[in-house]
Amino acid sequence: MRHIVPKVVNLGGGKARFAGLAALTVLAMAAAGCGTSTSSSNKPAAGTPVSGGTFTILANSAFGVADPAQNYTLEEWQLLIDSHDGLVTFAKTGGVAGTKIVPDLATSIPLPTNGGKTYTFTIRRGIKFSNGQVLKPSDFVTTFERQFTVPGPTSFYSGIVGASKCSTKGCNLSQGVVANDSNYTLTINLTAPDPELMDQLSLPFAFAVPSNTSTKLTGNNVPPGTGPYMWKSYNPNTEAVLVRNPYFHVWSKIAQPNGYPNEIIEKYGLLVSNEVTEVQNGQANEVFDGDQIPSDQLTTLNSPTYASQVHVNTLTADWYMALNTQRPPFNNLKARQAINYAANRTAYVKIAGGPSLAVPACQILPPNYPSYVAYCPYTTGSQTVWSGANLAKAKALVKASGTLGDKVVVNSTNDQVGTALAEQMVADLNSIGYKASTQLLTAAAQYPFVQNSANWGKWGVAWSAWYQDYPAQSDFLNVLLGCGTIHKNSDASPNIAAFCDPAIEKQINQAETLEATNPTQAAALWTTIDHEDTNMAPWVDMYNPKQIDFLSKNVHGYSWNPQWYILIDQLWLSK
Amino acid sequence: MAAVAEQASLTELRPAVAGRNPWALAWRRLRSNRIALAALGLFILIVVMSLAAPLYAHYAHDPNPFTPNLNGTTVINGKTTPILQQGGGILKLGETPIGPTWDLHNYFLGADGIGRDVGVLLLYGGRASLQIGIVSAVLCCIGATIAALFAGFFGGVTDAVISRIMDIIWAFPVLLLAISISTELLTHSNGFQVGPLHVSASSLWVPTLIIALVFVPYVYRPVRGQVLSVVNKEFVEAAIAQGSSNFRIMFSDILPNVVSTVIVLLPLMIANTIFTEAALSYLSVGVQPPNVSWGVIISNGQELLYTRPWVSLAPGIMIVLTVLALNVFGDGVRDALDPRAKLRVGTGEAAAGSGA
Repeated sequence: MRHIVPKVVNLGGGKARFAGLAALTVLAMAAAGCGTSTSSSNKPAAGTPVSGGTFTILANSAFGVADPAQNYTLEEWQLLIDSHDGLVTFAKTGGVAGTKIVPDLATSIPLPTNGGKTYTFTIRRGIKFSNGQVLKPSDFVTTFERQFTVPGPTSFYSGIVGASKCSTKGCNLSQGVVANDSNYTLTINLTAPDPELMDQLSLPFAFAVPSNTSTKLTGNNVPPGTGPYMWKSYNPNTEAVLVRNPYFHVWSKIAQPNGYPNEIIEKYGLLVSNEVTEVQNGQANEVFDGDQIPSDQLTTLNSPTYASQVHVNTLTADWYMALNTQRPPFNNLKARQAINYAANRTAYVKIAGGPSLAVPACQILPPNYPSYVAYCPYTTGSQTVWSGANLAKAKALVKASGTLGDKVVVNSTNDQVGTALAEQMVADLNSIGYKASTQLLTAAAQYPFVQNSANWGKWGVAWSAWYQDYPAQSDFLNVLLGCGTIHKNSDASPNIAAFCDPAIEKQINQAETLEATNPTQAAALWTTIDHEDTNMAPWVDMYNPKQIDFLSKNVHGYSWNPQWYILIDQLWLSK
Repeated sequence: MAAVAEQASLTELRPAVAGRNPWALAWRRLRSNRIALAALGLFILIVVMSLAAPLYAHYAHDPNPFTPNLNGTTVINGKTTPILQQGGGILKLGETPIGPTWDLHNYFLGADGIGRDVGVLLLYGGRASLQIGIVSAVLCCIGATIAALFAGFFGGVTDAVISRIMDIIWAFPVLLLAISISTELLTHSNGFQVGPLHVSASSLWVPTLIIALVFVPYVYRPVRGQVLSVVNKEFVEAAIAQGSSNFRIMFSDILPNVVSTVIVLLPLMIANTIFTEAALSYLSVGVQPPNVSWGVIISNGQELLYTRPWVSLAPGIMIVLTVLALNVFGDGVRDALDPRAKLRVGTGEAAAGSGA
């Protein structure tokens, strides 16, 4: 997910997957120490938590339409996990344990039958929605059908039997999602085994809504959920207000614990600098972690006064410049490798806020991610860590590629960071003999623009960023660089570089198949794919970002989940 | 004979009435307006400083003023200092550029967020802002005047068509229209054709032409009004009666009688276009990096307002001074050319004469 801008992405279908992946990724992330916080513990703070109070979040802008079937932003997801539940979920706790998928509205995680194509869940009894309706298995039928009748990233569930015939006009998943309200079971039938199904069922798109919910977009009215909070109101111009769900009771503390604040308010339309000031003054409790704190205010947060209020966490995300592999000069491998050698990654890291907020990167998979093995061929020193640009080699490659003097347009967003990254990329390109210029668009326009193949002739390098949807290797290596995710003439074509290497594609398919029989071998193959993709240089990977959470002094119980990031309802307020 | 001698002596006593060129009169009035002249001097000074940008860049040892210098160092008080300094404390968050050294040789106004010398950028930014402002205002005035001449002289359908086109442009808020056009043109990475000229998407001509276009109705309307007031005058009828061509009547007879309005509007339009350029560039749809203008520098500095306010303040002050100078000078030009001002000056001259 690129959570800088709300988006809808068609992730493409037809992938062979296996349910064992989730367990594998948890193990891998545990081994890698994922989700470490550099400033303070991501475990609950000492002291006795107290319930009550209003927790106020300040955000620069709202997250668009609030319907959980459509919204694809971290901003709403961080609230939806407090108001809704799915069959399964990522454990609602900080640290590595937060990557584990646990049963939520289902009593357990079922093993697949029918060759990995059928899953039968037993649904918990006695759970009510915030409007008082009792949760029934048939509610999930509506939930999944809404994935197709409400425009959204439906491909997550396109493997369900009957989904191929669904559209915004109507959907009948009676064969794919079979509910039995008398014995409280729900059976999901797939057209092919899917190793990432549990990850996908853990996402807010699959959070249960009542069966009588409209099959059309509910706009700013969030349908009732089963979590500890319910949406009292949402106005994208002013605020979202969540209050306690009177029908909530704890059925699984690890899946859905009770929250501490009585009310959660997220206010919109503030300058980030003002957000910081208000939190510094104790007028609000959190600067939304997706808002980029201005660089000069960052330096004020270095004061010992705020040491306990600032939390920095490493994200499994890439900030990169996609190279247009469909047009000269970057349809030439040597040209792509040349700019990778020339890229001044130290400069990019400084633009991101310095080494405390970003780590230089060369490869596709981010650190602390399953199958990650450090690899950086585009530097002067070792092949594992970036130590400096190699301009001599870059210039030699440009000369050998025959692209010296070519014009290159660097496309980016017109915000401060996007502009600075584009200017540095222009400098890097010019330093090896290209004639580069910038093309800056608003964030809302830039992402669809660079995805659409109709615009391939208009740019050579395009900024983008990717944050994991869930911890699976394919979420980077297949979604961003697989042949199947190039959707011509579509604004939802996440393979921005339009990179397609048949040999690597074959390995991707092989890795996904292997996950069923030999997860260890599959993990090793993903590592190979990552390194091969890096060698083919479809991107200039700039850095892996870190994230700042800035909280007011009276907030306690901070915990950071690698999937959801800050767990808002687990924070408690002191008087 | 006595009568003839008396007449001759009267003729000798009466001073010769010299013909007064209206432009000479206007210049005379303008010269007497010291505030307007001071404003003109300030504007010329800003123009000269901006034109001297390459010289200052050479003086400040900054051969690549537009290139990011994030990893660079400089020497301050004999000590090598990184241009971007990492934050302190335990967390070491953020990178802050060096502030003003007040040393003309070396980062006089400090560095911007990507390590460039703000003092050098300020002068280069002035070149771009002034170039766009002046050229777009001149193009706007020329285009509007030609359109107004055609509309006012031919009237009827021609007037209706031209005026409705102007109304359509007028109906859009200036900035919204400029942003829309600019955003569209910026995505044409291969540039576009304007008649025989090829304009690249990152060229300064893009904001220049856009700003010129969106302001045309603002000049067109008053000039058309002037043309309408002149077109039925006797001298125009005389020219028609003599068989002069339409082109000759418009440009030789009518234009000289409306050009004073255009001249009054020109400095005010330059002030407006400089403002608009700054706004567009601040919103990233004007001058495209790595080129800079004052608006671009303000935009670059907005995230440094707490720690490095001069990055934004310096170009802001330059815009204020330039626009102020142009407005004051424009007022002076208006006073010099306006008939009511002529009356005031005439009254003054009469009073001075009677006093003598």
